[in-house]
This record gives sequence, C-alpha cells and structure tokens, in this order.
Amino acid sequence: MQDLDIIPPKKKTKPLFDPLIVKRAGTDAFLKLHPRHLAKNPVMFVVAAGSFITTIMLVRNICSGINHSELIFEIQITLWLWVTVLFANFAEAMAEGRGKAQADTLKRGRKEAIALRELAGGKTESVAATELKKNDIVFVKAGEVIPSDGEVIEGVATVNESAITGESAPVIRESGGDRSAVTGGTTVLSDWLRIRITVDPGQTFLDRMISLVEGAARQKTPNEIALDILLAGLTIVFLLAVSTLLPYSIYSVHSAGTGMAPDVFSLISLLVCLIPTTIGGLLSAIGIAGMDRVLQHNVLAMSGKAVEAAGDVDTLLLDKTGTITLGNRQAVEFVPAAGVSIEELADAAQLSSLSDETPEGRSIVVLAKQHGLRERELSSKEPEFIPFTAQTRMSGVNINGNEIRKGASEAIFKFVKANNLPVTVEIERSVTSIAQAGGTPLAVADRKRGILGVVHLKDVVKGGMKERFLQLRAMGIRTIMITGDNPLTAAAIASEAGVDDFLAEATPEAKMQLIQKEQTGGRLVAMTGDGTNDAPALAAADVGVAMNTGTQAAKEAGNMIDLDSNPTKLIEVVEIGKQLLMTRGALTTFSIANDVAKYFAILPAMFGTLYALAPGQHGPLWQLNIMGLHSPESAILSAVIFNALVIVALIPLALRGIKYRPMSAEALLSRNLLIYGLGGLIVPFPGIWLIDQIVVLMRLAPAT
Amino acid sequence: MTAIGWFQILLFAVIIALCAKPLGAYIYAVLESKNHFLSRLLRPLETNSYRLVGIDPDHDMTWIEYSQSLLAFSLVSLLFTYAILRLQGLLPFNPMQFSTANAPSWATALTPDLAFNTAMSFTTNTNWQAYSGENTLSYLSQMLGLAFHNWVSAAAGIVVAVALIRGFARRTAQGLGNFWADMTRTCLYILLPICFVYSLFLVYQGVPQNFNAYTEATTIEGSKQIIPQGPIASQESIKMLGTNGGGFLNANSSHPFENPTPLSNFIQLLSIFLIPAALTYTFGKAIGDTRQGWTLLSAMFLLFFAGVFICYHFEAQGNPNVARQNVEISTKTLGDTGGNMEGKEVRFGLANSALFATVTTDASCGAVNAMHDSYTPLGGLIPLLNIQLGEIVFGGVGAGLYGMLIYAVLTVFIAGLMVGRTPEYVGKKIEKKEVKMAMLFVLAAAFCILVFTGLACILNLPEKSLLNPQGATWNNINNSGPHGLSEILYAFSSATGNNGSAFAGLSVNTPFYNTLLALAMFIGRFLMIVPVLAMAGSLAQKKYVPATSGTFPTYTWLFTLLLISIILIVGALTFFPALTLGPIVEHFLMNEHRLF
Repeated sequence: MQDLDIIPPKKKTKPLFDPLIVKRAGTDAFLKLHPRHLAKNPVMFVVAAGSFITTIMLVRNICSGINHSELIFEIQITLWLWVTVLFANFAEAMAEGRGKAQADTLKRGRKEAIALRELAGGKTESVAATELKKNDIVFVKAGEVIPSDGEVIEGVATVNESAITGESAPVIRESGGDRSAVTGGTTVLSDWLRIRITVDPGQTFLDRMISLVEGAARQKTPNEIALDILLAGLTIVFLLAVSTLLPYSIYSVHSAGTGMAPDVFSLISLLVCLIPTTIGGLLSAIGIAGMDRVLQHNVLAMSGKAVEAAGDVDTLLLDKTGTITLGNRQAVEFVPAAGVSIEELADAAQLSSLSDETPEGRSIVVLAKQHGLRERELSSKEPEFIPFTAQTRMSGVNINGNEIRKGASEAIFKFVKANNLPVTVEIERSVTSIAQAGGTPLAVADRKRGILGVVHLKDVVKGGMKERFLQLRAMGIRTIMITGDNPLTAAAIASEAGVDDFLAEATPEAKMQLIQKEQTGGRLVAMTGDGTNDAPALAAADVGVAMNTGTQAAKEAGNMIDLDSNPTKLIEVVEIGKQLLMTRGALTTFSIANDVAKYFAILPAMFGTLYALAPGQHGPLWQLNIMGLHSPESAILSAVIFNALVIVALIPLALRGIKYRPMSAEALLSRNLLIYGLGGLIVPFPGIWLIDQIVVLMRLAPAT
Repeated sequence: MTAIGWFQILLFAVIIALCAKPLGAYIYAVLESKNHFLSRLLRPLETNSYRLVGIDPDHDMTWIEYSQSLLAFSLVSLLFTYAILRLQGLLPFNPMQFSTANAPSWATALTPDLAFNTAMSFTTNTNWQAYSGENTLSYLSQMLGLAFHNWVSAAAGIVVAVALIRGFARRTAQGLGNFWADMTRTCLYILLPICFVYSLFLVYQGVPQNFNAYTEATTIEGSKQIIPQGPIASQESIKMLGTNGGGFLNANSSHPFENPTPLSNFIQLLSIFLIPAALTYTFGKAIGDTRQGWTLLSAMFLLFFAGVFICYHFEAQGNPNVARQNVEISTKTLGDTGGNMEGKEVRFGLANSALFATVTTDASCGAVNAMHDSYTPLGGLIPLLNIQLGEIVFGGVGAGLYGMLIYAVLTVFIAGLMVGRTPEYVGKKIEKKEVKMAMLFVLAAAFCILVFTGLACILNLPEKSLLNPQGATWNNINNSGPHGLSEILYAFSSATGNNGSAFAGLSVNTPFYNTLLALAMFIGRFLMIVPVLAMAGSLAQKKYVPATSGTFPTYTWLFTLLLISIILIVGALTFFPALTLGPIVEHFLMNEHRLF
C-alpha cells in the first residue's frame, strides 16, 4: 500500500537561527550599509540618511564641546539609529542566509566536475565543467559527475540525482525517448553515457537553481513593488509632517516667548519612529523567506512572482491519479452470485490473485483476508498460475483440477459460456451497477461452478483529501479534478473526494480550454503537469508546477518545479503564497498602528517646555505624556529603542511567516486585525514605558 | 448639549439617509442616459446643445482624453472669470459702479492678484473669498463670473466621481464616458431642477432676488446703514447644493439675506449633504452591489456623528474663563444659547451652529452660519480636521466620493493583504498603479497644507513689501500664539481642501497670500483629480475578479471600522503634530486661563 500521507515528510529543516547563518548575516548587515544597497529600500534609506546627519551633528557637537548630558543623549540616539538600519540589514541577510548555505553546497558540486570532451578525430581532452559549450560531446562513466545539462546520445546508465532532488534512489537514463535528459551535477552510478551538451556555460539547471536559491536573480514582485510605493509615499508624508514641525515650532516659540524649537536629533528621531521602519526593514526578508519556504518543500520557484500568484489562486486543477486518488484501484467489495457465499467468492478471488503482483491483485488478497481467509500453504496443492495476457484479458490459477479465473467481465463471460454454464441477468446487473458507481467490475469464475461473483475495484481517494478540499473551499479556492476517466466514473470519484468540479476524458486541448475559460472569468489557475503535452497548459496557467520527473518541455513551461514530483504539493504552494502576502499585510498594519504610541512619547518630549510659565517648568503639552515617561530625553530614547528592537523581535515572524490556518477571508481578517492591528496599537505603550524605566534605571537618560 | 439640539441633528441625519437611495438611483439613470421622469421634458434641450457645439455624446473617452477635456474646460473658464472680474467696471449689471471711478468709498479694489485668487477659487469649487462680495463685485461678476462656476465646478466634481465609478464598474474597457455629455447631463438633469425649486423656496423664505442698487437706510439711532441687494437666492441654492460655499455677502449663511430662517438653515444643511450621500448609492448601483455603497455611507455617517458630537460638546461647554467671571453659560439653564455663543447667531443657537460647522467642513462646502474662528479650541479643531482628512465625510459633490474611494483602496491595500490575496476592491485588483495614484492623491494634499503653512509661519518679508505690505507673513494674523497658527493652518487647509471657509483672523488679501492660496487651491483640485482619473482608467482596463469566500469582504461593519481607522490614522498622523501646536495646546492653555 502506498503511503496515505498527503504531505511528504519534510526534510530535516535547519533551525531558524543556525549559528553559521547568524554569523554570516551579522557580517552582511554591515556590508549592506553600502548606499547602493540602501537605495533599494526607500524607508531604510531615509533612516540611514537620518543617521548620517545625526553623526555629522554629533561630531560637530563633540568638537564644539557641548555639555556632557546632552552629548550622552546625542550619542545614544545616533547609535540606535544606526542600529535600526543594521537590524533591517540583518533581517534581510538572515533571510538570504539559508539560501546561500544551500547554494554553497550546490556550487561545490559544480566546481569539482571535470569533463572528458571529445574532439574531432576521436581524441578526448579533460576540461572543467564550466568550460563546456552547447553541442560539445562528453563521455561520462560510472562514478563520475555529469558536467552539464545534456541529452544522452549513446549508452544506458543509472544516475544518482540526489544533488538536485535530494532523492537518493537512482534513476535510469538512456538515449532516445523520455529518459534521455540528464542534469549537470548528478552522478553516474553504473555503466557509461555519451552526452551531447545542450546548454551554454552559466545556463545550466544547476546554475539557475543556484541563482534562485541564492536570491541573486531576485526581483521585486508586483505586490512588493506596490507595497514599496505605499511605504515610500507614507515616508514622504511623514517627512513633510516632521520637517514642517520646525517652522511651526519656530513660530510658536517666537509667539510664546518660552521653550525651544526641537533640535535635529529629536526631529530625526520622530521621523524614524513614524516612518514604517518595521515593515520597511522586514519587507525584503519576508519575500526572500517566502521563496525559501517554497524551497524547503523541495519546490523550485522560478520567480517570486509565481509564489505570490499562488496566494491569489482561485482554481486548482488537480490530476486525479496520484493527487486525489492513490493511483491504483483497490478491491473494496465482493458481490457473490446467487447461491455462492461471500467466503467462497473471497476464497476463489484470493486464490486467483496469489501470484498477481499488481496493486489490484494484492488488494484482492488483502480484502479476502478481511473475510477471515488466512495465508494458506499452496505448494502442497501444486497450483499452476496463469498470468494475465492481453489476449485472454484474465488471469488465474489451476488447482486441484479446477480452473479459477478472474478478469474483465466480458472475458470471464466468454470463459463461462465456453464451459457451457449460464451468465445470469443478476450478475450482469451487478457488473453494470459497479461500473455506474465509478468502479471497475472484475468477474471471478471457475470451470466447475461458473460465475462466482464480481469484485468491486475502486479508485481510492487519499485519506484527508476531503477535509483538505473543504478547507480550500473555505479559503475560496475551487478544485477541479482532471481525469481521463469517462464522465460517469469521474463524477463518482469527484463526489467522493469532494472536489467542486471535474473534467472527464481530459485531453490536453480540453485542459487548455478549461484554463482559458477560468482566466477569462477573472480567476487565477494553478495546475501541475509532467508530460510534454501538458506544456502549453502549464505555460498558460498562472501557477504551473512541473514535476521534476517530467519532460524538459514541461519543466520549461511551468514556473515552478517540484523536485519531489508530488502533485499534491500544489496545495502547500498555494498556502505558502497566501502566508507570504498575509505576513506583509500584518506587519504593515502593525507598523502603521505603532505610530500612535510614538506620537505620545515624542511630541510631549519635543514640546514639553513650549508655553511654559517659567523656564525649567513643564509646559501644557507635557500633559500629552500619557505614558508618564520620565524626561524628554528618556522618552525620545525609549521610542527610538523600541522602534529598533521591534524589527529584531519580528525577524522570526518575518522568516517563518505568520501562522496560517485555512479559513474564510472574513475570519482571517478579524483574527489578524485583532492581533496585528489592535496589538500594534496597544503593544508600544507598555513597551516604550518599560524601556523608559530601564533607560532611567541604567542612568542612560535623566530621570526628570 | 440639549435634547432639542440632538433631535435636530438626528432628524437631519435621517432625512439625508432617506434621500440617498432615490436620488442616487436617479443620478445613476441620468449618467447612464437611461429614461427618467425628466428625460422627455429636457432631452431635446440636451441633444440640441450637443448638435449646436458639435459634440458626439457617445464618444467614449480614455482617461487621458477625459482629463484633457476637464483641464481645458477649467482653464478656459478660469480665464473667462478672470476677464469678467477685471473688466467688471466696463460691464453691465453694476449698480454700485464697482471698479469704476464712481465706486463707493468703502469698496475694495479688485486687484489682479485678488481677481486671480477669486477666479481660481471658484474654478476649483473652493469659494475661498479674500473679498467681501457686497463691496467688491458687480451683479454680473457674481452671476456670470462666480455662480457659473458654482454650477460647472460642482458638475466637474460629480463627473470625476462618475468616471471613477465607471472605472470600478466597467470590465476590460478603455473608456470612462464622455466628459462633455456627463457635464451637460449633470447640470441639466441634476443641478438645474433641484436649484430651480430650491431658489424659489429661498425667495419665499425671504432671500432677495433683484438687481437693485443698495438701499441706504437710517437706523433708529440715527446712523446711516447701507443694505446690500442683488440676485442672491439664485446663487444661494447652487452655493449650497454644489458644496461651493462662496457667499454672495461677506457674512455668508449667517447673514439674514442668505439664510433668513431656521427652516432655510435646515434646508441649507440638507442641501450640502444631499448629492454626496446619494452618490454612494449611485456607486453601489453602478457596480451591481449596493451594499458597497451603503458601507461607504455608514463610514461617512459615523465620522460625521463623531465630529458633530465633539464640536457640539465643546461648544456647549463653552469657555471656562467666562464661567469664572460668574457669568451663567450652562446649556442646562440657557439651552442652546448657552455655552460658547461668541461668533454665533442667536437665531440658530449652538446645535445648529455646531452642526453647520461640521457639515460644511465634512463636505467641501465652506459656507458658514457662525464664525469658526470664535469656536472653542477643540470645537474649532473639528472643522479643521474634517478638512484635513480630505473632506471625505460626504465631502464635496463628487469629490467626497472619490476621496472616500481612494481611502477605501488604501484600506483594502493595507489590510487586505492580511487575508492572503492580492488586494481587491469591488472585483478590481489593487496593484501598483492604483497605489501610486492613491499615494499621489494623499501626498498632494499633505504637501500643500503642511509646506505652505510652514512657509507662511517663517517667511520674514521686509516691511511694506509688494508681496505682503504687512511685512513678515505671520504679521497678517490677528491673534498670537497657537490660535494664530491655527488661522494660517486653517487657511491653507481650506484652500487645499477646496473648502473655502475661513478661520478668519488672517488678512489674506495680499499678493503673497492670494497667490499662494490660489496655488494651494489649484494643487488641491487638479493634482488630485488627475490621479483619480488615472486610477479610473487603470481600473476600467482590468478584468473583474469574482468574489469568493477568500475575498476580503468590503461590505461589512468590520470594513467600515477599518476604513475609519485608516482614514484617522493616515489622516490624523499626518496632521497631528501641526494640530498639537495649534488647537490642542490652545485647549490646554485655555484651561490654564491663558487666552489668545
């Protein structure tokens, strides 16, 4: 029996904070301070520019010698502003870290390969794998690594493809046919191959995989760009709000005759606290981590866009075989003929199937056992097994002078009639009713008694699929089963599996039409495929997952490749896509909601002395200090520290993605809004208050 | 606050809610050129006017053509009004002989910068007035120069909203409709019939409608008084219905000739919200899901109630410094004439003044029946904040709806991601282009209000300079301290928001303020309309995405609350720092017995 698990057990995943990755990310955080890198992220660029300005002001103030306590405040603000930038860089580096580590392993395989290239005149030369060009011919023998992608032109060999797929069971590669394609970086285990290289250096599957894993080819996805625009817009709005505070306060100070206009340090602090640094700092990390999560599921997404599109999918086209059903028919019921007991039928069916190694045959043996028939000793009875042939369309056993046969109903009816025994109407009716229920009837007879009954073979729906489809429906995703079966059978399985719709007697053209019909209706379609005739549909679908075992054409047409070749994984990919978008939305909401508390920390600190009755007293706006923070310095410092720490605190969330449970959009929204919206509004109040307490306790800022 | 006060406020709200559906459905029929009860009567007029000027009403315009038509129309009509104002001395219907050698001694000169400011003000539906109508403008200037704009700028606002509605409603379409046909239909079938009845009603209530010279009267005390006259009723109706707000007379709707009775006051209030509320229904009907329209309307109502509650509350509390002088101001004893009655008409009282101030700034009307400058700090904060939020609470005719839709798009984009899909609003995906246009819309307003106010706070021009005879630009304010800042902030907010009401207390008839405020009005109108039309064009081209249970539902109470939160957070976060230094600190200082 096949594994009933829908999800293949995930490969051992590395912990989120692998010390090696953390160490490398720490270094990268500093390297990413390069202006060219910062310019890609408008929010963090503003923070970095602010830090730069405060640094210059600080140097100037140190040189001109201002008083000690002010200097301590300014040093701390400057440091924390730089730390904010570094934290954001660190988040991105962490997200890239895992991919980079994996890329390193892949690269190692590529570097070491040496190829034996054939020259004109039958000579050969040794060259590095990276020097091979299209149409070069190479010879690879057992134990050697295949140097580049190519097509086998001579030879048959077993190849270990685990370097690419992680699957260690060897596969056969041979010239001609569907199994002629080989991938660079895989190893020949036995025999030899002559291979014509089909790609130029740098274009191999391994190269593409490395650049994808590494994130070098990463481009911002459409939704990420839109969000970037929003964040840049908000940043400009806050830049306006904060910078115009200067003229307003100059006017106010002039008019009040007391207080001081805020200095550059407080203004930049306010700006950095208000602009959406949380999401700005984590945005690219979320995207990279999303791609990485897809990779952890052993799916290679050709672009971030594809992962994002997966979240938007409205319609899933799922192949019946292997995805919805186990792929083999299973015996589920014995229907005995009149006057035959069910045990007799089970006994005959089992006997005839004992040497039948097909899954169907084995399932009959298993079902018979459930009717109380144990394994029996057969050798004493000297049975003669008759194998299935295309001519007879039945198989069976000759035992104790009797001939037991099972097979397609017409074949068995012929066999019975040849023995001058009748086929009753009742049996014919059983056969029809099984066929109508979507099953396959298998008749059983012997030479002496004639027809004993019918075995009901049925496509078995994988465990848990029905619930899975129910969840998908709750998420607003329609599932359509694709099958080559006739409509009757298809309808029966569709209703049992709980899919929303089915396409029976599916041809590549019908599949293509279905995709186009869905897309014209404004729906996004995801599908899996492996054959060359799937290629057009894979290319047309918004998310096309090609099986790694599939043909080259299919792999090139899809925008994702499943290295495990497990079609059920499409559902996981959809969930990862959704999780990616949700994480972005949640952190954006959180980031904006945070601002309210920061106003109540910084504004009273900035304008605490404005309109005061006497110098040194608090002015009326100190009443806005509803958190009861100690002093203007401690308030501003605490807000800036909180702002920086939030980025670090949310790195795990950004990398893992927010928890996702399949439910309706409305339920999801209420839940996330409560956590990230309301939470984002409330959390900073106690957070800033606590930091204020600590800052004052450590004498980093004055207590009054 | 009093029960009778709240009763009037609630009655007002109920009537608005009841009118939304029938009028909204009618507007939909008009703009989709379906048959309605006026089509048989007025259709010949419509078709003949197209024939007269050679317009093909069925020509479907792209967003670029639509914008070009609107901008060209506005530019030509701007110049037209400027010319009329500058030439009014030579033109007829000028009984008081303004802008001539025989102008009365109390007349204000219509300088080029004032004429430019005024022309811009009326072209942009702002109706900011740096002049007093009765001592500056001839009747022709009022009617042809200004009232004309009251009609077409209102219609322009409505057609932009309609274009955006079509952007949402149409599927994979290039066009947004025909600008000229939309303008004609709006004026002819929506504004004209209502104003016709409305003007007659105002005449019946006592509003003058004549071309007489001003009446000179001697008061009982023996002093001389000049009583202005003019075609007031016809201008008053469109002033309110088109959320224009520019008074024929300086005192606007607090003047008995513009707003003579409590009944006329109530009707004027209703006429401000009438069309903006109805347009939400038009939106719902056009996209085939009226729930969406009701949701927007409910968000508007909640924000309206919050505003009127706060404003009424603080006005009813009055100024504690008055009570300290042992003056009875409690509304418990004085009813709706207690509290802060400074700058308010006794015949309207607190509730109707607070309601008027809220309504006129929720919408981009700007008509006033009391002086906003004299409101308590937090009572006056409401009109200011209403304008700064973008006047999306009902809002200007058309402008309110498209502003609210921009916020709906932003809400869906920010929060909608949390359901794990590319955000959609009423079946249209919200992507890069939409977000970009929405942010341009938000940025244009924020830039104008914040930067221009900042400039006016610190621009130290030399004494007697040509730009500003008062010298430093902050010298033009009559009040010091936070109240002075509020006055400048209010002026630029009002101009940018195309509201037109004033906090007063700021002498704005100088080249500096006239020009800068005109610029703010220009940016606040056209730099916001063009992104809206661009968004409409982009939306119209998109496919319709059918809603599933995975779609972010935008017709629920949750969405209403979310929309309000985004409006408040995005809007308030932008202006909160400025407001802190204005009304908020003034409130604290008032409680410390320090007044400005």
